[in-house]
Amino acid sequence: MAEDVAIIGIGMHPFGRHENTGMEMGAYAARAAMKDAGCDWSDVNYAFGGSASAGNADSMVSTLGLTGLPFINVANGCATGGSALISAYNAINAGAADVCMAIGFDKHEKGAFAPDPASHGVGQWYGDTGLMLTTQFFGMKIQRYMHQFGISESTLAKVAVKNFHNGSLNENAWRRQPLTEEEVLNSLMLSNPLTQYMFCSPGEGGVALVLARGDIAKKFQKKPVYLRSAVLRSRPFGSFEVFNSWLSPDRGNSPSVGAAAAAFKMAGMGPSDMDIVQVQDTESGAEIMHMAECGFCEDGEQEDLIQSGATNLDGRLPINTDGGCLANGEPIGASGLRQVYESALQLRGDAGAHQVKKPIKTAFTHVYGAPGISACTVLSR
Amino acid sequence: MTTQIPVAEELFTWPSDSPQLIGTRFPESGVTTFPQSKSCPKSGSENGERVLLPRRGTLWSWTVQGFLPKSPPYAGKETAKTFKPYGVGYIQLGDEVIVESRLTTAEASELKIGMDMELVIIPFSTDDAGNDIVTYAFAPVKK
Repeated sequence: MAEDVAIIGIGMHPFGRHENTGMEMGAYAARAAMKDAGCDWSDVNYAFGGSASAGNADSMVSTLGLTGLPFINVANGCATGGSALISAYNAINAGAADVCMAIGFDKHEKGAFAPDPASHGVGQWYGDTGLMLTTQFFGMKIQRYMHQFGISESTLAKVAVKNFHNGSLNENAWRRQPLTEEEVLNSLMLSNPLTQYMFCSPGEGGVALVLARGDIAKKFQKKPVYLRSAVLRSRPFGSFEVFNSWLSPDRGNSPSVGAAAAAFKMAGMGPSDMDIVQVQDTESGAEIMHMAECGFCEDGEQEDLIQSGATNLDGRLPINTDGGCLANGEPIGASGLRQVYESALQLRGDAGAHQVKKPIKTAFTHVYGAPGISACTVLSR
Repeated sequence: MTTQIPVAEELFTWPSDSPQLIGTRFPESGVTTFPQSKSCPKSGSENGERVLLPRRGTLWSWTVQGFLPKSPPYAGKETAKTFKPYGVGYIQLGDEVIVESRLTTAEASELKIGMDMELVIIPFSTDDAGNDIVTYAFAPVKK
């Protein structure tokens, strides 16, 4: 049953730009998570890990210790971390392991990703003619959403202002400098309506989580956090995704809709039961749209929610409490696990300067990315 | 005299006074893809038919590419100094399909969701012999 998996240790290498390799950041996070759990590498029966650009996670065993444990590399694009977590969750539920580690880390070059058309199944012409940029997709998805549901540019900017504020309070974040709404709106227009400071950047970092069977969790950790569900979905027909040279006029849902609904169903809880939320904010518009896709509001209600401060740290429904991707950057392999790390930290009451103001018992995380995948979790104390 | 070379074969009819995009229609699911596709992403069917798509449609969404894309994959010859932003959008062609395209304007004030758009062929790069490499784009229909 779902209540039988606990997070007993969390570890993170600060996000940003660093001298050490992605693998070293992953190993740093793994050691920190084991220290937090009060366990040794020899206590870990199974590990799952991955990165998009920083090597095979399983080679980390030569750093952490050659114990012979099964270590499976996970490669699932932006949901790599989420997929490692789901694999660990399933391994414990299946009885294959009592203590399990999920690791994600990455290290990317500066600037927008430069994807290869062939590896994404699109023609070379698509890249040649300047259509193969994820930033264009984000611009066009929120452009239409704003047109349909009355979201203002001020609201787009306020999401970035909130996330950079939260990041300024988080010592593990990359961007620690708060920005004003004017600074966000007046920064370089990258892909209309999205400006430079509304986008996150590819970055570096690592996160590791130690999971255990719920009934043994308190042997290791006096404040375990329970993983009530962990779900992954790929895209259904009609969803709007990156690198699509055509769409069907017969529109369908995003994979986030299915992943969130399944995560709530498995947990036996709903969006209104959640005290804090982490959603994918590759750019400001994504946070706005994911609020509705994950079931936290109706389309268009974000305008009032965000303008009134409901999603701030002291609001009714704090969102991206650690500064999200905007303030932390996006090391692809680590990004989804960062959200779970932050949720566990908040649920334990250990988030320090960025701890939410209200008492909390539940948390939700949502990661989304190319080529149309989403992973969601529901957590509780 | 330079020749105009299409960026890819079978993307659009060329040369032509009235060029059209080329897609695949799958009768069983009613899905039309652009460009052509061997199988239908909705049904998995491999029974597709080559179809010429309507030349006119309406703007479904749009953005403006504000910075020089990384090369590769971008094959335009601009430099950071000579780069000029270009429009990108999705154009709905009747009930058949919504296609992604470069736009002939990069002016936000000239772009409105729902406006009428028409297919044109534009040069976007040159080959080593100095020939224009052309691709398709959509232009606002002049009133």
